[in-house]
Amino acid sequence: MTKAITVDGLHKSFGRTHALTGLDLTVDTGEVHGFLGPNGAGKSTAVRVLLGLLRADAGDVRLLGGDPWRDAVALHRRIAYVPGDVTLWRNLSGGEVIDLYGRLRGGLDPGRRAELIERFELDPTKKGRTYSKGNRQKVALVAAFASDAELLVLDEPTSGLDPLMEGVFQSCVAQQRDRGRTVLLSSHLLSEVETLCDRVSIIRAGRTVETGSLAELRHLTRTSVTAELAGPPNGLARLPGVHGLDIRGHQVRLQVDTDKFDAVLRALTASGVRSLISTPPTLEELFLRHYTDEAGSR
Amino acid sequence: MTTGARPLAGTGALLGLALRRDRAMLPLWAGLLSLTVVSGAGTVGSLYATAAERADLVRSLAVNGSLRAMLGPAFGDSLGALVSWRFGVFAALAAAALSLILVVRHTREEEESGRQEMLSSAMVGRRAPLTAALLTALIANTALTGAITAGLAGPTGSATGALALGLAVGLTGMAFAGLAAIAAQLTESARAAKGLTAAALGLAYALRAAGDSATADGSAVPTRLSPLGWAEQIRPYAGERWQFAALLALAALAQIAVAYALTGRRDIGMSFLPSRPGPAAGRIAGPTGLAWRLQRGALLGWSAAFLAGGIAFGSLASGVATLVGENESTREIFERMGGQSGLTDAFLASMTGLFGLVAAVYATSSVLRAHSEETGGRAEPVLAGPVGRAHWAAGHLALALGGSALILAAAGLGMALGHGTAPGPLLGAALSQLPAVWLLGGLAMALYGVLPRAVMAAWAAVGLTLAIGWIGPALRLPDALLELSPFGRLAKLPGNPMEWRPALLLTALAAALVAVGLAGLRRRDLRN
Repeated sequence: MTKAITVDGLHKSFGRTHALTGLDLTVDTGEVHGFLGPNGAGKSTAVRVLLGLLRADAGDVRLLGGDPWRDAVALHRRIAYVPGDVTLWRNLSGGEVIDLYGRLRGGLDPGRRAELIERFELDPTKKGRTYSKGNRQKVALVAAFASDAELLVLDEPTSGLDPLMEGVFQSCVAQQRDRGRTVLLSSHLLSEVETLCDRVSIIRAGRTVETGSLAELRHLTRTSVTAELAGPPNGLARLPGVHGLDIRGHQVRLQVDTDKFDAVLRALTASGVRSLISTPPTLEELFLRHYTDEAGSR
Repeated sequence: MTTGARPLAGTGALLGLALRRDRAMLPLWAGLLSLTVVSGAGTVGSLYATAAERADLVRSLAVNGSLRAMLGPAFGDSLGALVSWRFGVFAALAAAALSLILVVRHTREEEESGRQEMLSSAMVGRRAPLTAALLTALIANTALTGAITAGLAGPTGSATGALALGLAVGLTGMAFAGLAAIAAQLTESARAAKGLTAAALGLAYALRAAGDSATADGSAVPTRLSPLGWAEQIRPYAGERWQFAALLALAALAQIAVAYALTGRRDIGMSFLPSRPGPAAGRIAGPTGLAWRLQRGALLGWSAAFLAGGIAFGSLASGVATLVGENESTREIFERMGGQSGLTDAFLASMTGLFGLVAAVYATSSVLRAHSEETGGRAEPVLAGPVGRAHWAAGHLALALGGSALILAAAGLGMALGHGTAPGPLLGAALSQLPAVWLLGGLAMALYGVLPRAVMAAWAAVGLTLAIGWIGPALRLPDALLELSPFGRLAKLPGNPMEWRPALLLTALAAALVAVGLAGLRRRDLRN
């Protein structure tokens, strides 16, 4: 499988601030890749380096087989970018801006442009100053989805969109994936990432802490188990990978490292199981672990 | 992929974007400016119809250092030479101002607003934004040059002279476009980039004024150091000296080369002059404190510039009257104009008037800071707090009206310091300009409060006042027009008795305009 993006040991500092301290990121061609991290983790800095807007201090960055700084313009023909906070020109209409970006990205499909404007319920005749936050995002989204870009770089693209439009956005991304496009999606909406992304990378304080498919990431975390047993539980405390064990009579609550789940299940069935609830880790838990770890490490 | 950099890719699309955005401002500004210059042939021609009258005017300039400081020397007594003298410096200055606004608007302002980030994610080379901005400036200046050349060639009877004047204007514009391009690489904010370039423009004018007040042929060193001095030395209609046009072109090209070297070497949104971190905790207590915090930097800069300008002009004052021509007729004009002390006073009064005109620019921009706070969406959250609209606006008004007093006082003190006299009279003379400055500030407030859509009319009023004050007097414009300018009604100090009646009247009018503005602001919807 070819790689759309490979980043290896990326460093970027602004004066004394170290924004990126060894970031790694691999995005396969044709996948939707989630890019997660708490505020200030360096997501937008990384995206700007990928777009050749910032120059990397150190590390190896390849984008669609090119160098994002040196080959910026040639690469940008194949990229569409939507920032989290779109600003428009006060006296230009939304339609004018969409067509401007279409020209700047080497063409735009008029049919798809019309269809997207309708789906997003955007009025392209309004001037930039009169659009609300959500409608400014729509202008950029229509411009990006109507282009023929191979790679879409979306940096919190749905901020300000209502739930209905969020749904339209998700179906547009799915459509792009079906057409074989690659999407790098930086987002805080975990449900969005869970629905759309094949793989995710979580970064913290400028470096990558987790990367993989959601299933793989879940594997690294704990499953919550609540069980009602026929007899008193036996030997659970001695099993490796068990945390937060709480036994009240025949009722057991515990968390277990997902790869040790099997042994716990066997110990439970040995005592006879009356009911069992097992909850796989949500992305949110996965995420919160990194957030709170960060707070704790300070 | 080695050809992937293409630093100029997308320039055409960006140029189209710039021209589309400026579709109203650009033709209006360039049209009005070239019209002013071209119509000058008619007014100068009817005022100084005979060769004798024109020669008399040029002779009187030999003793009139203050008029030379304002407009520069005249290099001939033909109609074209007088039009150049009358309008040349003014038009060059206006072209420079237009160019610096255009260049910063399409470079640093785009980066600061965040729009450039999305543009640069498309097929836009790293040097394309700067190139498109400079091309926009080039189009504007070429249009100015062309319109002036075409408009004046007929009436003045010399296409060569008309071209020389057009080039003097257009090339000055391009020289300051180049400087603005550098400033836009150095600073992180568009405001600072414009301020830096405008300060250089002010310095260029002051140097030229200082040099021209001392000599009648622009041969003084300060004039030779100023780009505006070079523009003047092209000497349209009076044995054109094309080497000075080449010098201006060279300055433009050299500065553009520096800007090109800087751009594309830096990260987007970053600057070569790093911004320092601010305090971790703040002491800004309310809307007045906020207004002070937002405007104090500008006020400080203006005060320093006015003080320095005052010292410079003050130190020239005693010199202007010593330069008397040897022949009888200039001696006679010299006596008629009040001799030594009369001429010194006239010079100081002219300079005081100049400071007053420029202070009106400060007052207007300071009042309209409230407008940009509102349209930028920054006023809304403040006004959503327990802050009345009048209270909020009062902070900006206090800085505008009080700040005008402060900068004029700085100019007055500077003149006294430079001239070596007691501060009282010159301080008073400078402050006597206040009522007219306040009136224009009040007008801006009234427009902002009542008709926020038409707020740019405040700048039009300032522009008209500047044009009347600058090029009006020697044109002997009809009194009705001259009296449109509030400055025309003030006593000419020093050298004349103070007139309290117009001063009080203008102050009262200004207060009424402010009250109207505040009442309108309380009543209308906020804009975004």
